[in-house]
Amino acid sequence: MVSMVFLQRELRLLARQKADWLNPILFFIIVLSLFPLGIGPEPNMLRIIAPGVIWIAALLSVLLAAERLFKDDYRNGVIEQLVAGRHSLLAFVLAKTFANWLSTGLPLLLLSPVVALLLGLEQAALGAMALTLLLGTPLLSLLSVLGSALTMAADKGGILLALLILPLYIPLLIFASSAIEAASIGLGYQGQLAILLAMLLLALALVPMAVTSALRINVS
Amino acid sequence: MFKWLDPYAKSETLYHFCGKLLPYLMVSALALLLLGNIWGLAFTPADYQQGDSYRIIHIHVPSAIMSMGAYAAMASAAFVALVWQIKVAHWAVLAIAPIGAVYTVIALVTGMAWGKPMWGAWWVWDARLTSELILLFLYLGVIALNGAFSDRQVGAKVSSLLALIGVINLPIIHFSVEWWNTLHQGASITKFAKPSIDPSMLWPLLISILAFAVLLLALTCLRLRTAILMNEQHRPWVRKLVGG
Repeated sequence: MVSMVFLQRELRLLARQKADWLNPILFFIIVLSLFPLGIGPEPNMLRIIAPGVIWIAALLSVLLAAERLFKDDYRNGVIEQLVAGRHSLLAFVLAKTFANWLSTGLPLLLLSPVVALLLGLEQAALGAMALTLLLGTPLLSLLSVLGSALTMAADKGGILLALLILPLYIPLLIFASSAIEAASIGLGYQGQLAILLAMLLLALALVPMAVTSALRINVS
Repeated sequence: MFKWLDPYAKSETLYHFCGKLLPYLMVSALALLLLGNIWGLAFTPADYQQGDSYRIIHIHVPSAIMSMGAYAAMASAAFVALVWQIKVAHWAVLAIAPIGAVYTVIALVTGMAWGKPMWGAWWVWDARLTSELILLFLYLGVIALNGAFSDRQVGAKVSSLLALIGVINLPIIHFSVEWWNTLHQGASITKFAKPSIDPSMLWPLLISILAFAVLLLALTCLRLRTAILMNEQHRPWVRKLVGG
Protein backbone atom coordinates (compact mmCIF):
# COMPACT_ATOMS: atom_id res chain seq x y z
CA MET A 1 0.00 0.00 0.00
CA VAL A 2 2.66 2.48 1.08
CA SER A 3 4.82 1.09 -1.71
CA MET A 4 2.16 2.07 -4.25
CA VAL A 5 2.11 5.64 -2.96
CA PHE A 6 5.88 5.84 -3.26
CA LEU A 7 5.79 4.29 -6.71
CA GLN A 8 3.19 6.80 -7.88
CA ARG A 9 5.36 9.59 -6.59
CA GLU A 10 8.44 8.26 -8.38
CA LEU A 11 6.57 7.85 -11.65
CA ARG A 12 5.12 11.34 -11.40
CA LEU A 13 8.60 12.74 -10.83
CA LEU A 14 9.91 10.82 -13.83
CA ALA A 15 7.03 12.09 -15.97
CA ARG A 16 7.97 15.65 -15.08
CA GLN A 17 11.72 15.28 -15.52
CA LYS A 18 11.86 13.50 -18.83
CA ALA A 19 15.56 14.14 -19.34
CA ASP A 20 16.35 11.87 -16.40
CA TRP A 21 15.26 8.76 -18.25
CA LEU A 22 15.34 9.87 -21.89
CA ASN A 23 19.01 10.84 -21.89
CA PRO A 24 20.33 7.42 -20.80
CA ILE A 25 18.30 5.77 -23.56
CA LEU A 26 19.66 8.17 -26.18
CA PHE A 27 23.12 7.59 -24.75
CA PHE A 28 22.64 3.82 -25.14
CA ILE A 29 21.73 4.19 -28.81
CA ILE A 30 24.55 6.63 -29.55
CA VAL A 31 27.20 4.44 -27.89
CA LEU A 32 25.94 1.46 -29.89
CA SER A 33 26.10 3.36 -33.16
CA LEU A 34 29.67 4.49 -32.40
CA PHE A 35 31.02 0.95 -32.48
CA PRO A 36 30.25 0.20 -36.14
CA LEU A 37 31.68 3.61 -37.04
CA GLY A 38 34.85 3.03 -35.05
CA ILE A 39 35.50 -0.61 -35.87
CA GLY A 40 34.11 -0.70 -39.38
CA PRO A 41 30.77 -1.94 -40.71
CA GLU A 42 31.97 -5.51 -41.44
CA PRO A 43 28.87 -7.66 -40.54
CA ASN A 44 30.86 -10.66 -39.28
CA MET A 45 32.97 -8.50 -37.03
CA LEU A 46 29.88 -6.75 -35.66
CA ARG A 47 28.21 -10.07 -34.95
CA ILE A 48 31.24 -11.19 -32.91
CA ILE A 49 31.51 -8.08 -30.78
CA ALA A 50 27.75 -7.44 -30.48
CA PRO A 51 27.09 -9.29 -27.14
CA GLY A 52 29.82 -7.43 -25.27
CA VAL A 53 29.06 -4.10 -26.89
CA ILE A 54 25.35 -4.28 -26.08
CA TRP A 55 25.99 -5.06 -22.46
CA ILE A 56 28.72 -2.47 -22.00
CA ALA A 57 26.44 0.19 -23.50
CA ALA A 58 23.64 -0.96 -21.18
CA LEU A 59 25.92 -0.75 -18.10
CA LEU A 60 27.10 2.75 -18.99
CA SER A 61 23.64 4.09 -19.70
CA VAL A 62 22.28 2.70 -16.42
CA LEU A 63 25.23 4.25 -14.63
CA LEU A 64 24.34 7.60 -16.17
CA ALA A 65 20.85 7.43 -14.68
CA ALA A 66 22.12 6.19 -11.32
CA GLU A 67 23.91 9.32 -10.23
CA ARG A 68 20.83 11.43 -9.66
CA LEU A 69 18.65 8.73 -8.10
CA PHE A 70 18.81 9.95 -4.51
CA LYS A 71 20.50 13.34 -4.94
CA ASP A 72 17.35 15.49 -5.17
CA ASP A 73 15.53 13.59 -2.43
CA TYR A 74 18.57 14.01 -0.21
CA ARG A 75 18.95 17.72 -0.91
CA ASN A 76 15.36 18.68 -0.24
CA GLY A 77 15.14 16.56 2.89
CA VAL A 78 12.79 13.81 1.75
CA ILE A 79 15.18 11.08 2.88
CA GLU A 80 15.59 12.70 6.27
CA GLN A 81 11.83 12.87 6.75
CA LEU A 82 11.47 9.23 5.76
CA VAL A 83 14.19 8.09 8.14
CA ALA A 84 12.67 10.16 10.95
CA GLY A 85 9.08 9.19 10.16
CA ARG A 86 7.32 5.95 10.92
CA HIS A 87 6.90 4.79 7.34
CA SER A 88 8.91 1.85 6.14
CA LEU A 89 12.10 2.90 4.42
CA LEU A 90 12.13 -0.46 2.67
CA ALA A 91 8.95 0.35 0.75
CA PHE A 92 10.56 3.55 -0.46
CA VAL A 93 13.69 1.71 -1.60
CA LEU A 94 11.70 -0.96 -3.43
CA ALA A 95 9.56 1.66 -5.16
CA LYS A 96 12.69 3.56 -6.15
CA THR A 97 14.27 0.43 -7.59
CA PHE A 98 11.17 -0.57 -9.50
CA ALA A 99 10.73 2.94 -10.92
CA ASN A 100 14.38 2.95 -11.93
CA TRP A 101 13.91 -0.35 -13.74
CA LEU A 102 10.75 0.90 -15.46
CA SER A 103 12.56 4.00 -16.68
CA THR A 104 15.95 2.54 -17.67
CA GLY A 105 15.82 -1.28 -17.83
CA LEU A 106 12.51 -1.72 -19.58
CA PRO A 107 13.28 0.73 -22.43
CA LEU A 108 16.53 -1.17 -23.12
CA LEU A 109 14.53 -4.39 -23.27
CA LEU A 110 12.03 -2.84 -25.68
CA LEU A 111 14.84 -1.42 -27.79
CA SER A 112 16.63 -4.75 -28.10
CA PRO A 113 15.03 -5.77 -31.47
CA VAL A 114 16.21 -2.48 -32.99
CA VAL A 115 19.68 -3.04 -31.58
CA ALA A 116 19.78 -6.55 -32.99
CA LEU A 117 18.91 -5.09 -36.37
CA LEU A 118 21.67 -2.49 -36.12
CA LEU A 119 24.37 -5.01 -35.20
CA GLY A 120 23.16 -7.83 -37.47
CA LEU A 121 22.33 -10.33 -34.71
CA GLU A 122 20.48 -13.49 -35.66
CA GLN A 123 17.12 -14.71 -34.38
CA ALA A 124 18.56 -17.05 -31.72
CA ALA A 125 20.95 -14.43 -30.37
CA LEU A 126 18.14 -11.89 -30.26
CA GLY A 127 16.12 -14.19 -27.99
CA ALA A 128 19.13 -14.70 -25.73
CA MET A 129 19.79 -10.97 -25.62
CA ALA A 130 16.19 -10.22 -24.64
CA LEU A 131 16.28 -12.88 -21.90
CA THR A 132 19.58 -11.66 -20.45
CA LEU A 133 18.29 -8.09 -20.49
CA LEU A 134 15.09 -9.24 -18.79
CA LEU A 135 17.05 -10.92 -15.97
CA GLY A 136 20.00 -8.55 -15.93
CA THR A 137 18.44 -5.09 -15.97
CA PRO A 138 16.60 -5.51 -12.62
CA LEU A 139 19.98 -6.48 -11.15
CA LEU A 140 21.51 -3.38 -12.71
CA SER A 141 18.77 -1.27 -11.12
CA LEU A 142 19.35 -2.83 -7.70
CA LEU A 143 23.09 -2.23 -7.89
CA SER A 144 22.75 1.33 -9.12
CA VAL A 145 20.30 2.13 -6.33
CA LEU A 146 22.91 0.72 -3.95
CA GLY A 147 25.75 2.77 -5.42
CA SER A 148 23.61 5.87 -5.49
CA ALA A 149 22.61 5.44 -1.85
CA LEU A 150 26.24 5.01 -0.80
CA THR A 151 27.44 8.16 -2.58
CA MET A 152 24.31 10.22 -1.88
CA ALA A 153 25.98 12.71 0.46
CA ALA A 154 29.42 12.57 -1.14
CA ASP A 155 30.87 15.80 -2.48
CA LYS A 156 32.31 14.33 -5.67
CA GLY A 157 29.64 11.88 -6.74
CA GLY A 158 29.95 11.04 -10.43
CA ILE A 159 33.22 9.27 -11.06
CA LEU A 160 33.17 7.75 -7.59
CA LEU A 161 29.87 6.04 -8.34
CA ALA A 162 31.42 4.46 -11.44
CA LEU A 163 34.40 3.24 -9.41
CA LEU A 164 32.07 1.65 -6.85
CA ILE A 165 29.48 -0.09 -8.99
CA LEU A 166 31.25 -1.02 -12.20
CA PRO A 167 33.26 -3.75 -10.38
CA LEU A 168 29.98 -5.15 -9.05
CA TYR A 169 28.58 -5.20 -12.60
CA ILE A 170 31.45 -7.36 -13.89
CA PRO A 171 29.99 -10.83 -13.06
CA LEU A 172 26.72 -9.81 -14.73
CA LEU A 173 28.59 -8.61 -17.83
CA ILE A 174 30.54 -11.89 -18.08
CA PHE A 175 27.54 -14.21 -17.85
CA ALA A 176 25.16 -12.10 -19.92
CA SER A 177 27.52 -11.69 -22.85
CA SER A 178 28.58 -15.33 -22.68
CA ALA A 179 24.88 -16.34 -22.92
CA ILE A 180 24.38 -14.23 -26.06
CA GLU A 181 27.62 -15.57 -27.50
CA ALA A 182 26.58 -19.17 -26.85
CA ALA A 183 23.20 -18.56 -28.48
CA SER A 184 24.75 -16.98 -31.56
CA ILE A 185 26.82 -20.11 -32.24
CA GLY A 186 23.85 -22.37 -31.57
CA LEU A 187 24.71 -23.67 -28.10
CA GLY A 188 22.40 -23.89 -25.09
CA TYR A 189 22.56 -21.00 -22.65
CA GLN A 190 20.26 -22.12 -19.83
CA GLY A 191 23.24 -22.37 -17.48
CA GLN A 192 24.16 -18.70 -17.85
CA LEU A 193 20.50 -17.70 -17.47
CA ALA A 194 20.24 -19.74 -14.27
CA ILE A 195 23.29 -17.99 -12.85
CA LEU A 196 21.86 -14.58 -13.82
CA LEU A 197 18.60 -15.49 -12.08
CA ALA A 198 20.52 -16.65 -9.00
CA MET A 199 22.44 -13.38 -8.86
CA LEU A 200 19.21 -11.42 -9.27
CA LEU A 201 17.48 -13.29 -6.43
CA LEU A 202 20.49 -12.92 -4.13
CA ALA A 203 20.65 -9.19 -4.86
CA LEU A 204 16.91 -8.83 -4.38
CA ALA A 205 17.21 -10.38 -0.93
CA LEU A 206 20.26 -8.45 0.27
CA VAL A 207 20.54 -5.13 -1.58
CA PRO A 208 17.38 -3.41 -0.20
CA MET A 209 18.68 -4.01 3.34
CA ALA A 210 22.07 -2.52 2.48
CA VAL A 211 20.37 0.46 0.81
CA THR A 212 18.17 1.24 3.81
CA SER A 213 21.17 1.18 6.13
CA ALA A 214 23.15 3.37 3.70
CA LEU A 215 20.29 5.90 3.71
CA ARG A 216 20.18 5.86 7.51
CA ILE A 217 23.93 6.40 7.76
CA ASN A 218 23.90 9.29 5.32
CA VAL A 219 21.35 11.35 7.24
CA SER A 220 22.48 10.46 10.76
CA MET B 1 34.25 -12.39 25.98
CA PHE B 2 32.63 -8.98 25.66
CA LYS B 3 33.74 -8.05 29.15
CA TRP B 4 37.26 -8.84 28.10
CA LEU B 5 37.03 -7.05 24.75
CA ASP B 6 35.11 -4.01 25.90
CA PRO B 7 38.04 -1.88 27.19
CA TYR B 8 39.72 -2.09 23.76
CA ALA B 9 36.82 -0.21 22.17
CA LYS B 10 38.20 2.80 24.03
CA SER B 11 40.71 4.50 21.80
CA GLU B 12 43.26 5.30 24.50
CA THR B 13 43.47 1.70 25.73
CA LEU B 14 43.70 0.40 22.19
CA TYR B 15 46.43 2.89 21.34
CA HIS B 16 48.63 1.69 24.19
CA PHE B 17 47.76 -1.96 23.54
CA CYS B 18 48.84 -1.62 19.89
CA GLY B 19 51.96 0.20 20.98
CA LYS B 20 52.88 -2.69 23.26
CA LEU B 21 52.27 -5.29 20.56
CA LEU B 22 53.97 -3.42 17.75
CA PRO B 23 57.67 -4.18 18.45
CA TYR B 24 56.97 -7.92 18.90
CA LEU B 25 54.91 -8.06 15.72
CA MET B 26 57.46 -6.11 13.68
CA VAL B 27 60.42 -8.21 14.82
CA SER B 28 58.64 -11.52 14.30
CA ALA B 29 57.29 -10.44 10.89
CA LEU B 30 60.78 -9.48 9.77
CA ALA B 31 62.32 -12.70 11.12
CA LEU B 32 59.66 -14.92 9.54
CA LEU B 33 59.86 -13.05 6.25
CA LEU B 34 63.63 -13.44 6.09
CA LEU B 35 63.49 -17.11 7.14
CA GLY B 36 60.65 -18.09 4.81
CA ASN B 37 61.86 -16.20 1.78
CA ILE B 38 65.55 -17.08 2.02
CA TRP B 39 64.72 -20.73 2.66
CA GLY B 40 62.16 -20.73 -0.15
CA LEU B 41 64.13 -18.74 -2.68
CA ALA B 42 67.59 -20.21 -2.12
CA PHE B 43 67.46 -23.60 -0.41
CA THR B 44 64.43 -25.51 -1.71
CA PRO B 45 64.85 -27.98 -4.58
CA ALA B 46 63.85 -26.82 -8.07
CA ASP B 47 60.51 -27.94 -9.48
CA TYR B 48 60.69 -30.89 -11.90
CA GLN B 49 58.58 -29.06 -14.47
CA GLN B 50 58.92 -25.35 -13.85
CA GLY B 51 62.58 -25.27 -12.82
CA ASP B 52 63.59 -22.31 -10.70
CA SER B 53 60.84 -19.98 -11.86
CA TYR B 54 58.32 -21.54 -9.50
CA ARG B 55 60.17 -19.94 -6.56
CA ILE B 56 58.09 -16.79 -6.96
CA ILE B 57 55.37 -18.87 -5.26
CA HIS B 58 56.94 -17.85 -1.95
CA ILE B 59 55.84 -14.26 -2.58
CA HIS B 60 52.87 -14.78 -4.85
CA VAL B 61 50.85 -17.23 -2.74
CA PRO B 62 51.32 -15.50 0.64
CA SER B 63 50.36 -12.11 -0.77
CA ALA B 64 47.36 -13.56 -2.63
CA ILE B 65 46.09 -15.45 0.43
CA MET B 66 46.62 -12.46 2.66
CA SER B 67 44.99 -10.06 0.19
CA MET B 68 41.83 -12.06 0.83
CA GLY B 69 42.65 -12.47 4.53
CA ALA B 70 43.03 -8.71 4.84
CA TYR B 71 39.67 -8.24 3.17
CA ALA B 72 38.06 -10.70 5.57
CA ALA B 73 39.65 -8.85 8.50
CA MET B 74 38.51 -5.50 7.10
CA ALA B 75 34.97 -6.76 6.59
CA SER B 76 34.86 -8.20 10.12
CA ALA B 77 35.96 -4.84 11.48
CA ALA B 78 33.28 -3.19 9.33
CA PHE B 79 30.65 -5.56 10.72
CA VAL B 80 31.68 -4.82 14.31
CA ALA B 81 31.73 -1.10 13.53
CA LEU B 82 28.27 -1.03 12.00
CA VAL B 83 26.51 -3.41 14.39
CA TRP B 84 27.93 -2.20 17.70
CA GLN B 85 28.67 1.35 16.56
CA ILE B 86 32.30 1.25 17.63
CA LYS B 87 34.41 4.12 16.35
CA VAL B 88 37.81 2.45 16.51
CA ALA B 89 36.51 -0.38 14.33
CA HIS B 90 35.77 2.12 11.55
CA TRP B 91 39.35 3.36 11.82
CA ALA B 92 40.54 -0.23 11.69
CA VAL B 93 38.68 -0.69 8.38
CA LEU B 94 40.45 2.32 6.94
CA ALA B 95 43.77 1.19 8.43
CA ILE B 96 43.57 -2.21 6.73
CA ALA B 97 42.29 -1.08 3.31
CA PRO B 98 45.55 0.34 1.83
CA ILE B 99 47.59 -2.60 3.18
CA GLY B 100 45.19 -5.04 1.55
CA ALA B 101 45.31 -3.06 -1.68
CA VAL B 102 49.12 -3.26 -1.73
CA TYR B 103 49.02 -7.02 -1.04
CA THR B 104 46.60 -7.38 -3.94
CA VAL B 105 48.91 -5.43 -6.23
CA ILE B 106 51.86 -7.61 -5.13
CA ALA B 107 49.81 -10.75 -5.86
CA LEU B 108 48.82 -9.45 -9.29
CA VAL B 109 52.32 -8.31 -10.27
CA THR B 110 54.09 -11.46 -9.10
CA GLY B 111 51.36 -13.49 -10.77
CA MET B 112 52.04 -11.67 -14.04
CA ALA B 113 55.76 -12.26 -13.69
CA TRP B 114 55.07 -15.94 -13.10
CA GLY B 115 52.52 -16.15 -15.89
CA LYS B 116 54.90 -14.83 -18.55
CA PRO B 117 57.32 -17.83 -18.56
CA MET B 118 54.65 -20.43 -17.71
CA TRP B 119 51.64 -19.41 -19.80
CA GLY B 120 53.47 -17.23 -22.29
CA ALA B 121 51.43 -14.13 -21.48
CA TRP B 122 51.59 -11.41 -18.85
CA TRP B 123 47.86 -11.38 -18.44
CA VAL B 124 45.05 -13.75 -19.35
CA TRP B 125 41.39 -13.02 -18.71
CA ASP B 126 41.01 -15.95 -16.41
CA ALA B 127 38.39 -16.15 -13.67
CA ARG B 128 40.80 -15.93 -10.78
CA LEU B 129 42.84 -13.08 -12.23
CA THR B 130 39.70 -11.12 -13.00
CA SER B 131 38.21 -11.59 -9.56
CA GLU B 132 41.51 -10.62 -7.90
CA LEU B 133 41.43 -7.46 -10.02
CA ILE B 134 37.87 -6.79 -8.80
CA LEU B 135 39.19 -7.22 -5.25
CA LEU B 136 41.70 -4.44 -5.96
CA PHE B 137 38.90 -2.21 -7.28
CA LEU B 138 36.89 -2.91 -4.11
CA TYR B 139 39.81 -1.86 -1.91
CA LEU B 140 40.27 1.29 -3.98
CA GLY B 141 36.52 1.94 -3.79
CA VAL B 142 36.57 1.73 0.02
CA ILE B 143 39.52 4.15 0.16
CA ALA B 144 38.01 6.57 -2.37
CA LEU B 145 34.55 6.51 -0.82
CA ASN B 146 35.98 7.42 2.57
CA GLY B 147 37.71 10.45 1.09
CA ALA B 148 34.62 11.77 -0.68
CA PHE B 149 32.65 13.05 2.29
CA SER B 150 33.11 16.34 4.05
CA ASP B 151 31.69 14.72 7.18
CA ARG B 152 34.37 12.24 8.21
CA GLN B 153 32.10 10.12 10.38
CA VAL B 154 29.63 9.54 7.56
CA GLY B 155 32.53 8.71 5.22
CA ALA B 156 33.86 6.11 7.67
CA LYS B 157 30.45 4.48 8.10
CA VAL B 158 29.63 4.39 4.40
CA SER B 159 32.98 2.87 3.48
CA SER B 160 32.50 0.24 6.19
CA LEU B 161 29.19 -0.62 4.58
CA LEU B 162 30.86 -0.95 1.18
CA ALA B 163 33.55 -3.18 2.69
CA LEU B 164 30.81 -5.43 4.03
CA ILE B 165 29.01 -5.57 0.69
CA GLY B 166 32.21 -6.57 -1.11
CA VAL B 167 32.55 -9.75 0.98
CA ILE B 168 30.50 -11.43 -1.73
CA ASN B 169 33.64 -11.43 -3.87
CA LEU B 170 35.75 -13.54 -1.47
CA PRO B 171 34.12 -16.94 -2.09
CA ILE B 172 34.05 -16.13 -5.80
CA ILE B 173 37.84 -15.65 -5.84
CA HIS B 174 38.54 -18.70 -3.75
CA PHE B 175 36.34 -21.09 -5.70
CA SER B 176 36.80 -19.53 -9.13
CA VAL B 177 39.43 -22.10 -10.11
CA GLU B 178 37.05 -24.93 -9.24
CA TRP B 179 33.87 -23.48 -10.72
CA TRP B 180 35.43 -22.43 -14.01
CA ASN B 181 37.97 -24.71 -15.54
CA THR B 182 40.59 -22.09 -16.25
CA LEU B 183 44.29 -21.62 -16.78
CA HIS B 184 45.12 -20.80 -13.16
CA GLN B 185 45.95 -23.94 -11.20
CA GLY B 186 43.80 -25.19 -8.34
CA ALA B 187 44.63 -24.86 -4.66
CA SER B 188 47.72 -26.78 -3.49
CA ILE B 189 47.54 -26.19 0.25
CA THR B 190 44.25 -24.59 1.25
CA LYS B 191 42.13 -27.68 0.94
CA PHE B 192 40.95 -30.42 3.27
CA ALA B 193 43.25 -33.14 2.00
CA LYS B 194 46.92 -33.95 1.84
CA PRO B 195 48.65 -30.92 0.29
CA SER B 196 49.70 -31.53 -3.30
CA ILE B 197 53.10 -29.98 -2.75
CA ASP B 198 56.28 -31.58 -1.46
CA PRO B 199 57.04 -30.98 2.27
CA SER B 200 60.44 -29.46 1.39
CA MET B 201 58.62 -26.71 -0.51
CA LEU B 202 55.58 -26.61 1.78
CA TRP B 203 57.37 -25.54 4.98
CA PRO B 204 59.04 -22.39 3.67
CA LEU B 205 55.75 -21.50 1.95
CA LEU B 206 53.78 -21.86 5.17
CA ILE B 207 56.36 -19.73 7.00
CA SER B 208 56.08 -17.05 4.30
CA ILE B 209 52.28 -17.06 4.60
CA LEU B 210 52.58 -16.65 8.37
CA ALA B 211 55.10 -13.85 7.81
CA PHE B 212 52.70 -11.96 5.54
CA ALA B 213 49.91 -12.42 8.11
CA VAL B 214 52.04 -11.10 10.97
CA LEU B 215 53.24 -8.23 8.80
CA LEU B 216 49.60 -7.38 8.07
CA LEU B 217 48.89 -7.29 11.80
CA ALA B 218 51.95 -5.17 12.50
CA LEU B 219 51.18 -2.62 9.80
CA THR B 220 47.54 -2.50 10.89
CA CYS B 221 48.65 -1.73 14.46
CA LEU B 222 50.93 0.99 13.18
CA ARG B 223 48.28 2.61 10.98
CA LEU B 224 45.59 2.24 13.63
CA ARG B 225 47.73 4.08 16.16
CA THR B 226 48.20 6.93 13.71
CA ALA B 227 44.48 6.99 12.91
CA ILE B 228 43.60 7.14 16.60
CA LEU B 229 45.95 10.07 17.14
CA MET B 230 44.62 11.90 14.07
CA ASN B 231 40.98 11.44 15.02
CA GLU B 232 41.37 12.12 18.72
CA GLN B 233 43.79 15.02 18.43
CA HIS B 234 41.62 17.27 20.60
CA ARG B 235 41.33 14.80 23.46
CA PRO B 236 43.30 15.64 26.62
CA TRP B 237 45.17 12.32 26.65
CA VAL B 238 46.49 12.84 23.13
CA ARG B 239 47.54 16.39 23.94
CA LYS B 240 49.39 15.14 27.00
CA LEU B 241 51.00 12.37 24.94
CA VAL B 242 52.38 14.64 22.24
CA GLY B 243 53.22 17.31 24.81
CA GLY B 244 51.21 20.09 23.16
